[in-house]
Amino acid sequence: MRLLSNLFIPVLVLIVIIYGARKKIDVYDSFIEGAKEGLPMVLNMFPPLLAMIFGINIFTNSGLIDEVFRFLKPIFYLINVPLEILPIAVMRPLSGSFGLALLNDMYTLHGADNYLSILASIIQGSSDTTLYIITLYFGTIGIKKIKYALWAGLLADLMTVILSLFIVPLFF
Amino acid sequence: MINKLWIFFIVSGSLFLIINGKADVLNTQILSSGKTTLDLIIQIFPLLAIWLGIMNIAKKSGLLDKASKFISPLLSKIFPEIPKGHESIGLISSNIIANLFGLGNAATPFGLKAMESMQKLNKEKDTASRSMITFLVINTCGVTLVPTTIISLRMMHDSTDPTSIVVPCIIVTFISLFIGLIIDRIFARRYK
Repeated sequence: MRLLSNLFIPVLVLIVIIYGARKKIDVYDSFIEGAKEGLPMVLNMFPPLLAMIFGINIFTNSGLIDEVFRFLKPIFYLINVPLEILPIAVMRPLSGSFGLALLNDMYTLHGADNYLSILASIIQGSSDTTLYIITLYFGTIGIKKIKYALWAGLLADLMTVILSLFIVPLFF
Repeated sequence: MINKLWIFFIVSGSLFLIINGKADVLNTQILSSGKTTLDLIIQIFPLLAIWLGIMNIAKKSGLLDKASKFISPLLSKIFPEIPKGHESIGLISSNIIANLFGLGNAATPFGLKAMESMQKLNKEKDTASRSMITFLVINTCGVTLVPTTIISLRMMHDSTDPTSIVVPCIIVTFISLFIGLIIDRIFARRYK
């Protein structure tokens, strides 16, 4: 699998360039013309990303989330969901790096092969940073009204957590 | 929506920090987010430029159109609004394939170009179209075959079997993608 991943990019680049050469287009100029689009794209990307990182950073570093979890603890024990995975489940859609930092903490605390760590890894690995993706994609092309995009994305994230709780016990 | 969420993040986070007497943390967060964003942009920019260059060759030579025609039948069911053989289909599939192989930084430029090309089909330029949201849901599901970051983190922490999470990850990710697409379709109907 890893070999396949490693070969993917070089093979793709080769195919594109050889195909372009055979079709007799100016491969070099096309590359430059395409690469030129990178700068305006990045410029459009910066303000929405800045705004989102600004908000997320204040929120995630405030400690408010920890307080809420302490409050929720008894409820989650009642419905038999391990509370330890809750921070990752909640933070995963909001911040990729924060989710990864939480995962790192869990590995340090319980070890990488602990059941809770594995559960958290699978939640982290089977989803993506919804809020970042919405900000990046919609912000860059200038979409302001996102309609139901956030709800659909977050519901899919919730599904990932629920599915993990059912599927992981079958494997470990 | 994003507007309300943003206000909530900042107001609740700030008040909580101030009440707990941690105004210094708040100060650092306010001042450092510009640098954090810039670091992120600096990471994205060079790879973005390279992939946009490669992609433009594929577009000019007609390779992208060819790839679109190949994968069109499957994707046109998921994206009924996009006309058959439109360039977005090729870009969407490139994004999905790059994600499948765990190449997040190649997937982003494809995704951005896919969004741009869907924006050309979009009638209201400030409003997300149905296909855009469907594409977004596919991306937020994080469809990947190899969660490389997590595997390397597990290796760093001396896991006895770092790749043991791969198969359950694939199962969870694909079922949640499937459910995500159904959720998206239900929402799309209700919003008509």
